Amino acid sequence: MSKMTLKTEGDRHVVVTRKFAASPEALYRAHTEPKLIQKWMLGPEGWTMPVCVSEAKPGGKIRFEWTREKGGGFYLTGEYVELKPHSKIVHVERMFLPDPTPDNHVETRFDADRSGTLMTMRMTLPDEKARAAMLATGMESGMEASYVRLEGVIQTEASKQASAP
Amino acid sequence: MATLDVTFAALADPTRRAILARLALGEATVMELVQPFELTQPAISQHLKVLENAGLITRRVEGTKRPCRLAQEGVAEIDQWLAMLRKALARSYERLDNVLAEIETKKGRKKK
Repeated sequence: MSKMTLKTEGDRHVVVTRKFAASPEALYRAHTEPKLIQKWMLGPEGWTMPVCVSEAKPGGKIRFEWTREKGGGFYLTGEYVELKPHSKIVHVERMFLPDPTPDNHVETRFDADRSGTLMTMRMTLPDEKARAAMLATGMESGMEASYVRLEGVIQTEASKQASAP
Repeated sequence: MATLDVTFAALADPTRRAILARLALGEATVMELVQPFELTQPAISQHLKVLENAGLITRRVEGTKRPCRLAQEGVAEIDQWLAMLRKALARSYERLDNVLAEIETKKGRKKK
């Protein structure tokens, strides 16, 4: 969906924007209230978030745990740094896969615009290498094509294996 | 997951990512990679060594040549990780659209 943009900025930043047909207040709540977070911050189909801690105050703890029926799971921990209802959230997060990824400093802004809200999420990684690792996730548009091809290869190989006697 | 670290370090270089993209199209020899990348053979060989150590490519012996190809397992490992994050955002936001619609509907009802 072209609604979402993802761009790099300088050596250490990644900026994601997305427009929503809702008020900044609704977005702020959906980003801070555990019961609401558990409904959407789930990634691909099949994942659920049985554990969701979100203490929306400066210094408050964040802990999200994801799991799926097929098996596998991972979690994220973090701390809130600054909260400005309903326009700004600053927090730090790291994923455990199971080793921790470098701290990702995230500033999320909700700006009302004519038709709803523009969300801008600005991530700051400790260094270029850490950001490169994040971008190796294929989120960077320039790499998208390469990864689509990689996926094509994987699927082709997988179907070859499946059809082998 | 030491391997994943090595894998990401290997992916942190744009030339190596481009080499992977090229190999995604099919097997290639060092000489076939030298031409499009305008690098020397030792430079390409060095990049291939890093990719091989990271488990992203494999090389076989064919006479005097050692053609490279994407390593199924290495690629599958990052793919699992990258697919998670890339798709996660887009898919999560689609869900968030629905959550927001619910919030706004409830709020609308309360006002009345």
